[in-house]
Amino acid sequence: MYHKEKSIQIKNSASALYNNLGVLRIAPRSLTYFTVVHANVVNMVSASWDGLNYSHRQLQSKEPNVATSTSLIMQAAFCALPSRDLLVVTSQKGIQIYESDGSTMVYWHALDTPDTPTDQAVFARGISAVGKSYICVGDSSGSILVFDVPSKGSNITLSDVLKGHKKSITDIASECSGSQDCIADLISADDGGNLCVWKSGEEFQRFNNIPGFDISCTSVKLWKGTAVAGYGTGQIRLYEAVTGILHAEVNAHARWIYSLDIAPFSGLLLSAAEDSLVRVWHLSIKPESLSVEVAHLHNECVTDTQICGAKFCDGDGHAFAVTGYDLSEIIRYTQS
Amino acid sequence: MSMRTLPLVFINLGGEMLYILDQRLQALNTSEDNSEKGVWSENDRKRVMNGIVGAMFSKDFMDELLKPQQLYSHRTLKTVLTRIAHASIMRLNPTSMDRLYELMVMAFKYQIFLCPRPKDLLLITYNHIDTIREFVKDTPVVVNQVDETHRKIIEVYSSLPEGEFQLLRQTLLIFFQDMHVRVSLFLKIQVQNPNGRFALSTSGPVPHGIDVPGLIRTFDGKGREVRRSEFPSGGSYSSSVREGCFELHGDRVIRLGMDMYTVNHPEETHTSKDTFVKTDNTPNLLAKEELNLLARLMGSMKAEKEPKAETGFWINLFTTDQEEEEEAGASGLAEEPLFEVINIQAMQDEQVTTELARIAGQFADEEPSGNLSSSKGDDLLAMMDDL
Repeated sequence: MYHKEKSIQIKNSASALYNNLGVLRIAPRSLTYFTVVHANVVNMVSASWDGLNYSHRQLQSKEPNVATSTSLIMQAAFCALPSRDLLVVTSQKGIQIYESDGSTMVYWHALDTPDTPTDQAVFARGISAVGKSYICVGDSSGSILVFDVPSKGSNITLSDVLKGHKKSITDIASECSGSQDCIADLISADDGGNLCVWKSGEEFQRFNNIPGFDISCTSVKLWKGTAVAGYGTGQIRLYEAVTGILHAEVNAHARWIYSLDIAPFSGLLLSAAEDSLVRVWHLSIKPESLSVEVAHLHNECVTDTQICGAKFCDGDGHAFAVTGYDLSEIIRYTQS
Repeated sequence: MSMRTLPLVFINLGGEMLYILDQRLQALNTSEDNSEKGVWSENDRKRVMNGIVGAMFSKDFMDELLKPQQLYSHRTLKTVLTRIAHASIMRLNPTSMDRLYELMVMAFKYQIFLCPRPKDLLLITYNHIDTIREFVKDTPVVVNQVDETHRKIIEVYSSLPEGEFQLLRQTLLIFFQDMHVRVSLFLKIQVQNPNGRFALSTSGPVPHGIDVPGLIRTFDGKGREVRRSEFPSGGSYSSSVREGCFELHGDRVIRLGMDMYTVNHPEETHTSKDTFVKTDNTPNLLAKEELNLLARLMGSMKAEKEPKAETGFWINLFTTDQEEEEEAGASGLAEEPLFEVINIQAMQDEQVTTELARIAGQFADEEPSGNLSSSKGDDLLAMMDDL
C-alpha cells in the first residue's frame, strides 16, 4: 500500500519526545517544511516537492539569561491559522513563536519557574491552532494558555488560561478551523489519560471531560466530532467528543504510542509507537448508527527504532513521514 | 526536564561500574602479565568494592542526589563518578576512566532503551542494588548503607505515576542520545548491531499491563461491544509474564540491570576504537547551577582517609600498554576537567570557587608521585612517568 521513499537527512537525531515531527505543506511554493526536536534545538528542513532542493535551519531554545543551564525543548509544531502560519516551540523555560519558515521570532512567553527547584518538572507541551485566531499551548501544571494572534505582526497576547487538567498536558488538537461550525473544536490530553473537550471563542467553554485510567494519553486528534486518543498502554481509543461515548478500542501497539495523525479528507489514521511500528488505519463514520469503524490497512516496521513522530504529509494521506529516537533522518513513505 | 534523575543515574551507572571493575579486577588476578608482579587478591577486590559502595551509598551523598534538580552534563557526571571510584584504594588513569565511562553509559543506555515499561526503570535499579549488596555482603556496615538507600528510593519513587517515569526515561534518553560506542560483549550476544544501535525485537512477551496487539473492538451507543476483529500485528507477541517485585527483596523478573559480565571472558569488555566524543551544545562555561551541584556532591562524599602506610594502586583497566601510550599521546594528557572550568570561567561566587579549588586540589594530590612503594603499581607507574 505504501512504499519507502528517499529519507531526508537532518542535522541531529530526534529526541525521545511525544509527537516529535512537525509538517507544514506550502502548496503555492511546492514545498513542505519539517521540524524535528533534538534536545535544545529544532531542526527545520524545507523540502521541495520535486525532491531536488533541501534547505536546513536550526532554532535554539531561548535562554532567559546566560547563567542558567540550557533549556530542553519539549515540542515544536506548526499552527495553521486562516490568516497566517506560525511555528510554535515549547521548552522548559517558555514558549517561542516564529514565522513558519523559522526566520523571525515574533513572540516569547516565559513560564513561571519557582526560585527553588521542586520535584515537579516545569515545561510547556501541547500545541494547537484553533478557531480563527487562537493558539493554545499546554503546560506541566495542566493549564492551557490561550494566545490571541493578529493577522500579522507580533502583537500576540495571552488572552486566557484554561483550567481543566490536574496533570501535565501531553497533546492538544483541533478541527473546524476558520469558517466551519462545530459544537466543539478543541481537545486536550494529559499524563493521567484525561481528555477535555472545548469550544473556542472569546471565552472558551469546556464541553466535556473524558476520564482516563491513570495511564498517559500521549497523542490526541479530533476528526468529525470523534476524539482519537493514543495511550501508554499501546491502545487507541475513539470517543464521541461531546458525549464521551466510547466507539472503539484498539490494542494497537506493544509499547507506548508516541504519535497519532489523521488525514482529514480521507479519514486515514496513522499511529506510531516505541515498538518500532507505524500503522495505517481507516476510520469511517456510519451515520445510521452514529458509530465509528476502524479498519487496519498497513504496517511499516522501522527496524530497531523507537518511533517518536509520525505525520501525514498531505490532507489525503497520500504520503507520511516518520522520525525515530537517535535517528538523524526523516523517513518517508508514499502510497504505491 | 525530570528533576528526579540523579539518584537513579548514579545507582545504575555506579552499579555498571562495579560490575565492570569486579570483572576486570578478577581478570587482572588471573592474567599472565601480572603473575610475577603481584596479583589483586580477593581481599583487595573486596576493599575496592567496599570503598566505592561506601562512598556511593553514603547518607550525605544520597541525600544530595535526592534533592530535586536537573541532570547536567556528562562532564559533571564523569567527574563525580571518578571521585567515587577513587574513594577506594584503586586509582584509574584518565584513559581507563574514559573507557569505563563509555562502557557504563552504553550498558545503562541499553537498559533504558529496552525497559519494557517506564516504571520498570525501578526494577532495573533494584537489580543493580541487589547485586551491589552481594558484592559487599561481608561488610555489614556497608550493607546497611545499601539497604537504607534502597528504602529511601522505594519511598521516593514507588508512588510516582507512569507519566512521570516516562518523563524521567525521556530525560535519560536525551542525555544518552547519539552515543553508539560498540561494546564487544553486546555485539557478541547480539543486543547491539554493528552500527552501534541496540536491537529492538518485535516478538516476545508484552510488558505487564499491556495487551497483545491485534484486536479491534467496536461498541454501540450504550457501551455494549458489538464487534471484534483482528489485524496482523507485524510481530509475534505473547502475553506478559508476571510483574517483578518492587520491595526491598524479591524476584525482579526482568533481567535488565543484572550483571552481564559474569559469565563472559575478560576480553569481552573492549569498546570500539572510536572513542565517544559527544558534541556538547552547552556553552563552555559550566552553568552556575551545575557548578553548585558539583561542589555539593563532591563535598558530601565520604572522603576516604588513606592510611599513611598505604597509597592508592593505579591500574590500567582495558588497553594494552602500547595502546595506552598511543591514546595518551594522541589526546594529549587529559587534564582533569575541573581545572579547565576554573581557568575559563569568570567566577562570581567566591565560595564556589574556593570550594572547587579545594576539591580540585584533592585530585592533584592523588596523582602518582615517585614514592609509591606498592609492588602492584610499580610497572604501571613507570609507564605513567613516561606519559
